[in-house]
Formats: sequence, structure tokens, C-alpha cells
Amino acid sequence: MASARNTALRRQARRQTTLQALPWLAPALILIGGVVIFPVGYMIYTSFRDLSRFGTDRGWAGFENYARVFGLNHLSTVLTNTIIWTVGVVVMTVLVSLVLAQFLNKRFPGRKILRMVIIVPWAASVVMTSTVFVYGLDPFYGIINKFLVDVGILDEPYGFLKNATSGFYSAAAVAVFVSVPFTTFVVLAGLQTVPHDVLEAASIDGAGRFQTYWQVVFPMLRPALAVAAIINIINVFNSLPILKTMTGAIPGYDADTTTTLMFKIIQNDRQIDTASALSVVNFVVIIVVIGIYLRVVRPMREVSA
Amino acid sequence: MSTVLDRPTTTPTKGGGPRPGTPEKKRWGLTIVGTIVALVFLAPYLVMLGGAFKSRQEILRVPPDYLPENPQPGNFLSMWGTPETPLPDNLLSTVVISLGGTALALVAALPAAYYTARHSFRLKLPFMLLVLITQMLQPTVLASGLFREFVELEINDTWLAMILVNAAFNLSFAVWIMHSFFATVPKEIEEAAWLDGCSRGQSLRRIMLPLVWPGIVTAVIFTFIACWNEFAASLILLPTDTNQPLTVALTRFIGQYESAWQYVFAVSIIGILPVVALFALIEKHLVSGLTAGGVK
Repeated sequence: MASARNTALRRQARRQTTLQALPWLAPALILIGGVVIFPVGYMIYTSFRDLSRFGTDRGWAGFENYARVFGLNHLSTVLTNTIIWTVGVVVMTVLVSLVLAQFLNKRFPGRKILRMVIIVPWAASVVMTSTVFVYGLDPFYGIINKFLVDVGILDEPYGFLKNATSGFYSAAAVAVFVSVPFTTFVVLAGLQTVPHDVLEAASIDGAGRFQTYWQVVFPMLRPALAVAAIINIINVFNSLPILKTMTGAIPGYDADTTTTLMFKIIQNDRQIDTASALSVVNFVVIIVVIGIYLRVVRPMREVSA
Repeated sequence: MSTVLDRPTTTPTKGGGPRPGTPEKKRWGLTIVGTIVALVFLAPYLVMLGGAFKSRQEILRVPPDYLPENPQPGNFLSMWGTPETPLPDNLLSTVVISLGGTALALVAALPAAYYTARHSFRLKLPFMLLVLITQMLQPTVLASGLFREFVELEINDTWLAMILVNAAFNLSFAVWIMHSFFATVPKEIEEAAWLDGCSRGQSLRRIMLPLVWPGIVTAVIFTFIACWNEFAASLILLPTDTNQPLTVALTRFIGQYESAWQYVFAVSIIGILPVVALFALIEKHLVSGLTAGGVK
């Protein structure tokens, strides 16, 4: 009997602590509930409704919107593009960042200034950065084209953004450019966790530079790389402004990812119901990636319950 | 004794990068490589800066010049009154949405960050998990749901809609970074203040605030920059040109046949300079906040 009362008391105490926490968490919970969770639900609901171009709800649509998405002629191109875009940009970003972080981890005069300079593409608006490339890659007045001709890489200016294929890869290069700073800083933070005595031990044991890197440093970078890769996968998959500004003017869907296609369905076709169905598919992809992130990186291990 | 001191130091300094023993020459060699890297990262912004000072004729010249022949600082004045977009309204939108979004995110995040760092309760882990998941979501993927919601609430095409979106999607970073700062302050310091007769409010203001100030500054600046640069949700939620922020308005200068590139770049310069300056202030706290402690 005494133990039963204890349990009851404990349960009551627990309920009280949760109740006490509520006022402190309420503003955050209301904001997340109203502007993140509710729209997710509303989006899923909309994906099963039949909406007119002006937003009038014409009733239940079953899986019609999904059928329309999966029946799009250009869907296979867009899916292939999405995979090339996400995997290609993230792999290139990580490779460049590994080299750059290794470089920034050395001591030399001006290192601090270089760190500040590398921040610029990270802080700057991605739309603003992309428009410079739209201008620079123009075949007539573009400065990047002129530079490539002047240094002898091109014989004559090339209309990089005039066809879908070269436009898509140019946009991917810009995506790498704007993703490298964040990734480099994460890898750099990882490099700083490699203890000096481990490196010394390796060199005393006669390990060469590359051997030290691959067998000692690189394995210790794994957590940092996992974080950087997964956060980049989500950002690059969700990226709209680069493709929108660089290849948005090219007719057709040969340079689209599922994200830019979804925006075209909202803006050009005004089909919020079809766009919602595609968004739900995108959302599921992102949730899967987040799940992998939580399993692999276990980012919250420092939070005590 | 002196013989030991006089012995030349030949300890191997491999591995951890050049230390004081590394020859000066090699370190300056790295500086040269570093300069080239810096130029690559700055190049687009140098093109932007040059372009902002070119005249309309010069920026469309074939072939182009690298530097403005006859710099036109007047672009920074004339851009405010062009037919393409009501730029003063756009700047006002960006400023109002960024300030509003930052303030709201801070008001919601601060109590949550403090409480979760100080107390343990049953729903703490689920709450932090929810916050973390929100951090990884972006308004881009929810655009159609947000659009439908705001149309129903009749706040579509208002600053309020974008203030809510920006606050909600940046809330998690603010919670994480401030939580980690609150967690580093030992409980004993706060308790000692209570014993000395401080009220809870006093101890928060006099003891905690100065210690967690860097975390608050980081949260505020990062949220402000994220709001300032937001593009995807504004594109869908703000159809009226006078409500649009700079990021969306900018694309109006780029037409299918004629583009006012000099204005695109002048607007970009004023859009980028302030945030780069702010970003530099908080750079060292960003990695831990963005990765939720995934990398130490």
C-alpha cells in the first residue's frame, strides 16, 4: 500500500514538473505547432483534395493528385536530375571542403583574413550570388565568359545558361561554391578535435603524411563529415534560388529538380493540389534523411534527460 | 648546462601543421596560396561591386570590360526610383520582416532554452527532438501548406505571414545555441545568488544574462541574417510587389529581353555588406549551433 501511494505521489510530481515546464515552452510550442506542424498536416490534406486554380476546394480527390505527379512525362528526367544534383553537389562540396579545411588548419600569415573571406558566400544571399553568375556566364556581355576566353580555356564565349544541360551543371557548380564555406568550417571543427599527441605518435611510428591522414586523421573526421554531409543533403535537395535564377528561363523541365518542379507547379500552373502531392513526396524524402541523421550522428547525446 | 641549451633543436615537427619551428619561407608560400583561394571566393562579389558602378550602356557592352570605365556611383541613388520595382518598399519589407522575425524567434526561444538547460522533466527529450527536426525542415518543402494556411487565415501577402515563417523555422537554431550557453553556467552560481537574496528575476538579469550574452547575440544575428536572405517562402507568400523583400524584388530587374544589371548589383551590394559584417562577429559559435553539438 505504501509503495502504491509512493508511485502515485511520484506520478503526480512528474505531472507537476511537466506542467511547470509548459509556460516556458509554450511560446516555442505554439510557433512550431502553428507554422511547422499544422502546415505539414494541411499540405497532406490538400494533396488529397481537388482545388481549382483560384483555390476553391472542390472536394475529395483520392490519389488523383499523386497519380498526376507520377504521370508527368518529364518526371523521370526530373528524378534523375534530383539525384545527380543532390549527390553530385554534396560529394563535390565535401571533397573541396576536406582540402580547404586541411589548408586552413595550417598556420600562416593571413589565415584569419582568409577565414573571414570564406564566410562571404555563406553569409550572402544565395539569390544575389547566383545572379552574378547569370550575368557573368552570358555569351555576349558576360565577364566570366570573357575571362575564360582571355586565359585560353575557351576559344569563344559559350552560352552556358542557354541550354538545359550546361545550365544545370553550371548551377551545380554554384551550389558547390555556396555550400563549401559551411562544410569547411564543420570539417575544420572536426580537425581541431584530433589530438596533437596522436599525430606525434603516428610520426614517431614512421607514418608518412598521407598514411597519417588516411589512417589517423580521416577516421577521426567521420562524425564531422556525417553531420556536414547530411545537413548539406537536406539543404541542396531543398535548394530553389540557384536553379530558379540560372535555369528558370529555359523552357521545359530538363534542368529541374523535384523542388524547382514543385515551385513551377505552384507558380506557373497554379495547381496547389498537385504541388502538395509532390511536396508530400519531397517531405517523406527529407524525413528519411533526418531519420538517418538521428541514427548515425546522434546529435543530442549531450542533452541530459 | 649551457651545452644542453645550445644544442640545436631538431625535434621533428611533422603532422600538426607548421609550428614556430617551420621556416618563414614555407609559411609565406602558404600565404600566396591563401591569397589565390581568397580571390576565388571573392570573385563573384568583386564582379558585383564593379558592375554596380557601370552605366547601363557599359554593362551590356560586347565584349565587356573588367572594370568600370567611368564609375557611376549615381546607380546607388537612381535605383530607388526605377519602374521595375518599388525598391524603398522592398527594403522596408526586408527590414520589418527581419526585425519582426528575429524578435519573435527570440521571445519564443529564450524561455525554452533557459528552462531546458536548467530543469529536467519527462518531455524534455521529445521537446528537444522536435526542435532539432524543425531545424532540418525548411519552408521550401512546406510552401504549399503554408500558402493554404495563410490564405485561410487571411494573412497571405502580409509581413506578418513572413514574420511567422521566419521565426518558426529559425527558432530551433536559437534554442540550441542559447541552451548550450545556459548549460555551461553551473547551477551553483545561480543558487548562490538566490542565497544572497537575489530574486529569480534579479539573478537571471545580473548573473545569467552576462554569462550567456554571447549565445543570445549569436542567436539574434544568425536569425536576422536568415530572415534577411529568405527567398523561397517570400516568393510564394508575398505576391504584391510592394510587400516583397529585396531577394525577390531583385529578380524583377532581370527581364527576358532587357536587364538592369547595374541595379541588380547595386541592390546586392547593399543587401550583402551588412550581413557579412554581422556574420563575421558570430562565426566561431556557428558550427556548434548548426550541428546541435554533433561536432565538438
